[in-house]
Order: sequence, then structure tokens, then C-alpha cells
Amino acid sequence: MTKPVSSRRRFLLRAMGFGSALFLSGCDRLSRSEWFPKVLDSAEKLTLATQRLVMPRKAMAQEFTAADLSHEFRSNGTNNPDNPAYQALAANDFVDYRLQIGGLVAHPTSYSLDDLMALPSRTQITRHDCVEGWSAIGKWKGAQLSRVLEQVKPLPSAKYVVFYCADPMDAIGTRYYESIDMEDAWHPQTLLAYELNDEPLPIDNGAPIRVRMERQLGYKMAKYIMQIQLVDRFDNIAGGKGGYWEDQGYEWYAGI
Amino acid sequence: MPAHDAATPVRTLVYRRHAWPVRLMHWINVLAFILLLMSGLQIFNAHPALNWGLSSYNAHPPILQMNARMDEQGKPIGVTRVFGHEFNTTGVLGLSAGMDGQPTERGFPAWITLPGEQWLSMARRWHFFFAWVLVINGLAYLIYTLLSRHLTRDLTPTRTDWRSIGQSIKDHLRFKHARGEAAQRYNILQKLAYLSVIFILFPLLILMGWGMSPSLDSIFSGWVGLFGGRQSARTIHFIVAWLLVAFVFIHVFEVIINGLWNNLRSMITGRYKIEAVENEHD
Repeated sequence: MTKPVSSRRRFLLRAMGFGSALFLSGCDRLSRSEWFPKVLDSAEKLTLATQRLVMPRKAMAQEFTAADLSHEFRSNGTNNPDNPAYQALAANDFVDYRLQIGGLVAHPTSYSLDDLMALPSRTQITRHDCVEGWSAIGKWKGAQLSRVLEQVKPLPSAKYVVFYCADPMDAIGTRYYESIDMEDAWHPQTLLAYELNDEPLPIDNGAPIRVRMERQLGYKMAKYIMQIQLVDRFDNIAGGKGGYWEDQGYEWYAGI
Repeated sequence: MPAHDAATPVRTLVYRRHAWPVRLMHWINVLAFILLLMSGLQIFNAHPALNWGLSSYNAHPPILQMNARMDEQGKPIGVTRVFGHEFNTTGVLGLSAGMDGQPTERGFPAWITLPGEQWLSMARRWHFFFAWVLVINGLAYLIYTLLSRHLTRDLTPTRTDWRSIGQSIKDHLRFKHARGEAAQRYNILQKLAYLSVIFILFPLLILMGWGMSPSLDSIFSGWVGLFGGRQSARTIHFIVAWLLVAFVFIHVFEVIINGLWNNLRSMITGRYKIEAVENEHD
């Protein structure tokens, strides 16, 4: 009786080892296939639809107190754009900076830093969540994007706000960009931020202007914004996925 | 282990142990849990540290951290720091063979992460897809278990169960398992283990997953604070995942010592064999 049991056990162990190796290489092959990531992507649409369903439109991200501030606000990604035009602006304290807002709007406008600071501002102490898993808490001050939108007047066909940035991300000069939908664009906590922790926004963190949009992950909150376009689609922009990291395979909807 | 006295007449009785919905949902759960665990460890590797609190950059160092550094001889080693105590975990945690076989700085090793190589965006896709599978499957199970009375009939401890708890602990420690008619029912420790997995560990795991979502955070402002903050939620998510792994190890161990084929068959075809021992008084 013992012999068949032990050979059966040996067979089972071998089968398990073989099975798990097969399973792992199978999963990695699926990750590289053309079709399977598309199946996985269906979850993103389900997540967006469900979160929008259960989350009130104006639900506010949690705001904290000064006691909760992180000692230093971590700089991630670009910390100083390797771009001569940007460096020239920075050398002159962004006096010549002009934020162009155009696309599907009734009144395309260009704002200097002073123009943006003259708009009604909002200050918020919020938590920044990186896709990598870490969080940092900072105090942000900026113009609400909604105030800017009220001035430029989006056309009814506008569905997304696209932010074009100064920072090149690779050797061929692909620039960072991001897009958000109108629901997030009008949200009260969505800012064109120019101050971090009561100081002018440092270059490390996106000077002169970065987006704050507190209900999504950090990579949605583009830094070094040079231009804003309102569009009805983004599949014709750069890699077509709506953002630099999206073009590398990250989700467009980063509320999770 | 002498099963029974040779003189005692034994009848083998086959009965239907698990209904097909339970069998189906059990295996969907197995698949989803394995994929979620492995993709979760890949996601962890993007920032292989755990903090307690609202953010990662408070005054306190991480409670768990894995990375690589040089030792005194200038050789790279993998280290894991738990509550300030450093352990050399070269080869497994902190530093292990990458996909090219070269020592690579990474939290968990390639053979337990999905994908094997460092690939955060793909891990997130796997994770969030199978999170939906786990949640939908879990909800279906809850509805089924209530409507079919599986919960009240098979899982809820009876008064007799509670009284048998001391004996059950002794039996488990001696690897003694129920035979005959008693084997048709779950014992008290088994019931408590299943109930904690179904009603405590999985719900907490899912809730802490939601707690890491910046948008779900905003539904009721501050709810994540009840668990200590987002970084605490991430830490609890990690710990609960490993508690579930511990459950799986114990579960599979019990399945093996109580008759691997019989148990496995009962979860595949539903058929479970018991020995009905005559003249047994207990």
C-alpha cells in the first residue's frame, strides 16, 4: 500500500511544480499578448462607472491640518525640465510665462502668473497618492480651474481638458501631458496651483503651475503646465491614451 | 494511525458534500486570490515599504522596508527591516534574481510576483480586474449561502459545537480527524476559520483596498482615518493578505491529512466518501 501512495505523492508534487511554472509563464505570456490586456482593461471602465455612480459629483477629498503636513514634499518624475525654453522662463522667475488656454472654448485666453494669482484662490491641505503606493501631505494654493473655465467658456462639445507640459520625458523629447474629463475639471478642489506649503511652487514640484486634482493619483496632476486645450477626444494626441503614463500602459482613470 | 478494529463492520458511504455553486465559487476564488496575491506583491514592489499613518512622510520610519545595500565587503545584499530590526534576506527579499538571472533590487522575488519582471502598470491591470472577480464572486457566495441556508445549516456553530471547542483543539493538535457521521459536519474550529475568512478577513481586505483609492476616500470624508489613514490601510491590506495566505496553508494542510483525494473530489464533483462505522457511540 505504501508504494503507490508515495509514487502518487511524488507525481503530485512534480505536477504541482510543473503546474506552477506553467501557470507563471502562462500569465507572463498573457500579459504580453495583444488581446488579454484588453480583457483586463474592461475593469477600468467598470471601476470608473461604479465610482462615478457611488461618489457624489462634488464629493470632496479629505483635507487635513497643518499638523499633518509631510516634512518634505517628495518630488517624483521630472525635478527640473531639460528644456531651454523652460529654463529661460525659470531664469527670469517666470515673469514671461504665459499659460495658453484654447481649443473648444468660446474665448481662448492667455494668462500670466499674475493673472492667475489675481483670480479667486483656494488653499487646501491634501494628500497626494502616488501610483507607486506612497502618500505625502502638502498645502496647496492656486486658482480653481473652474474659475478659469468660467472665463474661457468651454463649448458644449468639449469633453476633456488636456494639459501640455514643459518636461521632456525621453531622449527624443516626448513631452509630458495629461487629460481629465469635465466632471473633474469643474470640481472645486481642482486647482492650477502656484504655491506649496506657503512658498512659491518649487521647480521640483512643477513650477510655475501644476494641476491639483485630489481624487485621483499623482500622475494625473501634471507639473510645468505650459498650455491647456479643451478637446472632444484625445485618441489623436501623442500615443492616444490621454497622457504620458497612460501611453506607457497606466490607466486613464486613476481614481484607484 | 489504526483506522478501526478489523472486526468492526465498515460501510463506505458516498454523499454529496458540496453543492455545485459552492464548488464553482470556491475555485473562482482560488484563481482570483492567487492572481491578486501575486499582482499585489508586484504592486508592493513599486514602493517596498509599509508605513502607519496618513502619509509615508511623517516623522516615523516605515514599519517594514525591503531594499538592497552593500555589506562590509562591498557585496550587494538584500535586507528587510521590521520595526527597526534589520534582517539579511538576500536571494528572497530586497535582492533576488531578476528575469535575466542577475541579482536585482526588488521587494519580493520574481517567482512570486505577477508579472515576474518589474512592471507596475500590468500588475495593476491584473489586480483590478481580478478584484472585481473576487468581489462579484464573493457577493454571489454571500447571497447563495444565505438563500440556500448553507450559512445557518453548515457554518453557524451550534451550542454543541461551542461545548466541543476544547476537544476540537486537542483533536486538531493530534491531527485526529472525525470519522463516520461526524465527518459529515464541519467541526467548530473549521466553522470559525471559515466564518472569519468570509466575514472578517475578506471584507477587511476589500475595504482596505478601497481605502487606498483616492476617489473612494472622498465618498465619506475621513472614513479611512478610522483605520489610521491611507498608509495604515495599505499596511492592513498587506497584513490581511498574508493572514489569508496563512489560512490557505492550514486549510490545504488539513485537506491533505484528512484525505487529499476525498476532499479534492468533494470540491470538484461534490462526492465525499465517509466510513460509516457500526456500533460507534459518540
